[in-house]
Amino acid sequence: MEERRKERLDRGIKIRTDKIYALMSWRELSYLTMPRLVLIVGILMLPFVVPGMYWQRVISIVCVYALLALIFDFLAHFVGLVSLGGAFFIGVGGYLAAILNTSAGLPPIVTIPLAALIGAAICTVLLLPCLPLRGVYFAIVTLMYPLVAARIIEALDILGGTDGIMGVESFSSTWTEQYFIILMTLLFLFGIRRLVNMDIGLVFRAVKDNDQAVRASGINITLYKAIAVFIASGVGCLSGACLVHIYMWSGISLFSLDFSILPIAATVIGGAGTLVGPVLGCFILVPISELLRAFGTLRIVFYSLILVAFIVFRSEGIMVYGQRKYHQFERWVKI
Amino acid sequence: MGILIYGTINSVALALMALGFALVYGISRLPNFGHGALYVVTGFITWSFFRGLGVNYLISIPISIIIIGIIGALIYQFILIRVRGMATSEIIASYAIGVAILEGLRWGGFKGMTYTLPVFLEGSIDIGGIPVDFHRMIVVGAGAGVVIFLWFFTHHTRIGLALRGMAQDERASLMLGIDSDFMAVVAMGFGSALAGLAAVLLLPLGNIVVESGYNVLILAIAVCIVGGLGSWMGAVIAAFLIGFAQILTVVYLGSHFQMVVALLAIILTLILRPSGLFGRQKELEERV
Amino acid sequence: MSSQSILQVKDITKVFGGIIAVNHLSFDINEGEILGIIGPNGSGKTTLINCITGFIKMTSGKVIYHGKNIEGKPAHKIADMGIARTFQIMRPYYTLPCYKNLVIPLFSPRAKRTGGWRGGGKLGDRDTVGIDILEEIGFERDSFVPYKLASTLPTGYLKRLELARCLALKPELIICDEIFSGLSMSEIASMVPLIERLQMDGITMIMIEHRLRELFQVANRVMVLNFGEKVIEGTSEQVMADEKVKVVYFGSEGAEEVMKYA
Repeated sequence: MEERRKERLDRGIKIRTDKIYALMSWRELSYLTMPRLVLIVGILMLPFVVPGMYWQRVISIVCVYALLALIFDFLAHFVGLVSLGGAFFIGVGGYLAAILNTSAGLPPIVTIPLAALIGAAICTVLLLPCLPLRGVYFAIVTLMYPLVAARIIEALDILGGTDGIMGVESFSSTWTEQYFIILMTLLFLFGIRRLVNMDIGLVFRAVKDNDQAVRASGINITLYKAIAVFIASGVGCLSGACLVHIYMWSGISLFSLDFSILPIAATVIGGAGTLVGPVLGCFILVPISELLRAFGTLRIVFYSLILVAFIVFRSEGIMVYGQRKYHQFERWVKI
Repeated sequence: MGILIYGTINSVALALMALGFALVYGISRLPNFGHGALYVVTGFITWSFFRGLGVNYLISIPISIIIIGIIGALIYQFILIRVRGMATSEIIASYAIGVAILEGLRWGGFKGMTYTLPVFLEGSIDIGGIPVDFHRMIVVGAGAGVVIFLWFFTHHTRIGLALRGMAQDERASLMLGIDSDFMAVVAMGFGSALAGLAAVLLLPLGNIVVESGYNVLILAIAVCIVGGLGSWMGAVIAAFLIGFAQILTVVYLGSHFQMVVALLAIILTLILRPSGLFGRQKELEERV
Repeated sequence: MSSQSILQVKDITKVFGGIIAVNHLSFDINEGEILGIIGPNGSGKTTLINCITGFIKMTSGKVIYHGKNIEGKPAHKIADMGIARTFQIMRPYYTLPCYKNLVIPLFSPRAKRTGGWRGGGKLGDRDTVGIDILEEIGFERDSFVPYKLASTLPTGYLKRLELARCLALKPELIICDEIFSGLSMSEIASMVPLIERLQMDGITMIMIEHRLRELFQVANRVMVLNFGEKVIEGTSEQVMADEKVKVVYFGSEGAEEVMKYA
């Protein structure tokens, strides 16, 4: 009886494109650059391809979620901090931008970066108590912050209460609005990808894998977790600020569960740890979610259940599967 | 005096909410973020039996508690057990299930203020000049009863001792022949039933709304963290601490701040003493 | 090699619930020497090291390093002061190549200040410095070994990687927790010269060991622990000749038997 096992090998072209050998020929170059080019060009061309303003708006919303999914993946799989409350970043960034715009009269081009930086500082400080501790505490605290923040705003009737802050300025034109957020998404996608391979990114990954060794190397773990949280919350607040300028309104719904759960579902579907997978996951989930908006909160049920299914059946995600197929091939081998 | 009475009532209510969560975490190390969902579902099940089907109230209550216990055990058996041991996946999965249930209830038509359960006994008596309704006194009595029952159960019955053994040291329990997977399912069943018990006791004091699911989750987690994850005694004491703190803020600052108190309690605990009052995870485990 | 004491451990006690892991232990380390710590399993050796290096809070006691009290300081601060340690259960960064493993300690503030092992005060490109350190501890530079993922290497290399991780901090004191364990005879034979070379470079070392023959080749002084207490301290000949040590290892009856053949 012949026994076989599956063997997985790197494709020849992957090995041939290792480091400098990528320049050997057009074929090798395109093997490396094609996926990235397709992604970039595809996203940039989208606003022209979709029918009508409604769908262009959807693309902007997709990018907002994509940024959230990106930072969820970054924090969870490259630093080891699972954030169950992405909505908190959106809410903080959104309210800050709205306040800066309506009270101080600053234009979006100023409020967005300001909201990102101030928001990052606020979020990092608020999350500081749980950083020296095990990951489960970070999950608990991030889960609570958006829920409690929404209740506080509602109960104390501050910051516009349940009505929210109206009359927020929008972008100077729809094309600016559209491409600003798309560019931000691409910028941070490739930026964070670069970051995790730089020296400081290695420290983050080491903190996730093996924090005792990092401590024994004289590095203050809490400091680097705080840096990672600062970066991630900055991006989150930035996307919240953009959202507020798109909707021209800021309210309690910024803290809603959508923003907390959909990024997680997108990450799980798109492929955890790949950074581009979560972005793709958003491109799939957000349009479906928008279509389901007519059914009320059923959409949240929908992607919660998908999330549970993926986690429980430990599916690897689209991009992980895709990358595996792209870089490696499988064959049956006699034992 | 009023503070004393209402503080006690509030504290017992918190303890009831938290004990189910503490039980499940203590035994199977699963932080069940769907706890709040189970709470609200019990309310709706009781309502459906009582007002919808016309079953006697005194019978609807135990039936719903049993049903929710079974539902919880089934959820664990078929879904959560597959991610057993992977901390972050457990949290995400149980949270997602909880959210799916709660938002599903929100969509499924259980909207608005019209869903209530009647109190067990109408009327009130005066204690030291403060009117206290009977139902609230029943809550306190039931709470005390639950704690005593739990103590008795985990110290003197076979299953209870097995659960306690698992809570203390899972590997040792495995070596003694205790099936940890099955015990975890049992624990989840009990925890869900406790959530259901809390629901039937506390929901008559207000309306059945989906929001209370999230509130209960936050409060249960706050109590368990302050008391120490995994310690039942700690949970009870923490419930009193937070309960009285909440009543004090209501009296002196206004009733909006109750959730803030819970959140502040969590943050303070994490800063000062992360393992909580009686937590068993000290030092090596609490600091990564 | 001067005999100035750089680390004084005074009266450390560590209690875990009902178990006294370390019981009023005191000793000194002199500059440039190698102190071996031996004793049966469970005698508190690793707990002692965890207390000194800040990974566990001790119940009571003082640790004085270069005149400063370091008890209670967090682990990264103690590493920053120049005390590096290896782990009994090895902890390399498995998903990274070997030379990238060293990028992390080279990222620390101490490495930035001191320039890494041979840096002479200024830290160059971390990848290059990492490969230099690896070459020095025995990874052949021209081979592919430094570039392999840490998960693919055998124990001997990983132990050296642990040492390299310590060296990247340019430490004054290295505490090795059972660094000879799990190695073959030839691997140990090549580790011993490495340790001697490190001593000649001026590093002080504490070595917890079970493999006594190899330890006695390098250690200047040896301390024996049992049930968290110091049994005896002295040169390796003194320790081996002592009655109490025989009892610790063989039990009182066994010690009598051994004495017959001594």
